[in-house]
Amino acid sequence: MKVLQIKNIEKSYGSNNVLKDISLSVDMGEVVSIIGPSGSGKSTLLRCATLLTEMDSGELIYLDECAVKNDEKGKAVYADKAELKKVRGIFGLVFQNFNLFPHYSVMKNLVDPQMTVLGRSKEAAEKKAVELLDKMGLSEKADFYPCMLSGGQQQRVAIARALAMDPTILFFDEPTSALDPELTGEVLKVIKQLAEEKMTMVIVTHEMAFARAVSNRVIFMDGGVIVEQGEPEEVFGNPQAERTKQFLRNYQS
Amino acid sequence: MSLLTMITKMAEGLGNTCAIFFLTLLFSLPLGMVIAFLRMSKSKIISNFTRVIIAILRGTPLMLQLIAVTYGPYYLFGISISRNKLIPVVIAFAINYAAYFAEIYRSGIESMPVGQYEAAEILGYSKVQTFFRVILPQVAKRIMPSITNEVVTLVKDTSMAFTVSYQEMFTIGKQIANSQTSFVPFVVAGAFYFIFNAIVDYVMGKVEKSMDYYE
Ligand SMILES: Nc1ncnc2c1ncn2[C@@H]1O[C@H](COP(=O)(O)OP(=O)(O)OP(=O)(O)O)[C@@H](O)[C@H]1O
Ligand SMILES: [Mg+2]
Repeated sequence: MKVLQIKNIEKSYGSNNVLKDISLSVDMGEVVSIIGPSGSGKSTLLRCATLLTEMDSGELIYLDECAVKNDEKGKAVYADKAELKKVRGIFGLVFQNFNLFPHYSVMKNLVDPQMTVLGRSKEAAEKKAVELLDKMGLSEKADFYPCMLSGGQQQRVAIARALAMDPTILFFDEPTSALDPELTGEVLKVIKQLAEEKMTMVIVTHEMAFARAVSNRVIFMDGGVIVEQGEPEEVFGNPQAERTKQFLRNYQS
Repeated sequence: MSLLTMITKMAEGLGNTCAIFFLTLLFSLPLGMVIAFLRMSKSKIISNFTRVIIAILRGTPLMLQLIAVTYGPYYLFGISISRNKLIPVVIAFAINYAAYFAEIYRSGIESMPVGQYEAAEILGYSKVQTFFRVILPQVAKRIMPSITNEVVTLVKDTSMAFTVSYQEMFTIGKQIANSQTSFVPFVVAGAFYFIFNAIVDYVMGKVEKSMDYYE
């Protein structure tokens, strides 16, 4: 079953054509990594898919909910508010710089969205939060405020907060790029664990070894197009396109 | 007139001073939020119009605004000036302070990182929920020092009500000073304002401290 279908997305900033006719679909339980040089449009693709940025043209479908479709002129038309609200409930996004709510404790960061958005009871929300914090190895941090945590801990809280909303698919935009090298491991570990549990994920990352180990499919993007995609062993072990080879060479050294 | 009589008479006016102070805060703090939103409106007409209004309110003396609101209705429409000058005085103060608060709110809201809005949007918060649950509490903390400044200024500004002869503490002090040809009432007034502000400082300090639990 397809969780996400992106069809022919186009996005320009002025004359800068950032996404050029990108199509991509993600199956239930699939882990897709997106790699590529800086400025290739990876974040823009994720932002279009998560409705943070408006695409110029293209279609966006989650499960059987159509969020965006084209009109006759090929211009993107967004669904109405109620429909988009439903769609937003299907996905979650983990940001590079966490974006936790600094005025809320770790517990409240996880509980407030559940109560405010999903209408869960305090007890149900707290139960869920406790489970997730436990899973993230952060049980004893429930009453801390984000500013009291390391970057790695904050990012794990952000992942827990996203998971608390029971998303069907979870996006990550360079989840470890803002972290000190010694802290990336703890975050990658929990993502890996989610992959083992068959959580559907799309991960933009510069961690090649991680992408290779965790994904079912790797997508290499450059210049706003998908240059190459396939199983990690194919893309990393035997890249076809010259640009992919060059990119990976730069990473190996 | 003995010092004690002076102090007693002026202290009676303190009630009116406090009335101006608290009523002004009561109306101007929320009104400032409304003005801030109009100022940030997507409509160019509304935002520019609001910008001009704010510029006028901040660019002309409060004293002038007091006179305009108190006596304007009489000169313009022949409406007789009500006995109770508290109403026009509070209207003038509230509108004037709302303009200042609006700019403080606006700068606070605009200083919020866009990531906070985006995180809330992704989680599914509505615009209103985002504002009240995520943005406003953080803005409150950021702007509290500027708010304190305005509140301290307001304590001293209440004395301007003497221009329309509203019987607050300073107006009474000035009347005593004139009739007794004495400088003492001014010293008494200074002491009152100083004590008033010491209390304001203490309370606002507590408020700021209560927001210190996070960075
Ligand atoms: N809000 C914006 N306004 C104008 N141009 C933008 C905006 N966001 C992105 N761009 C441009 O779009 C292009 C793609 O940017 P994007 O952030 O998607 O790249 P990326 O692949 O995520 O890069 P990185 O690895 O550095 O995060 C860049 O040329 C960038 O300058
Ligand atoms: Mg990026």
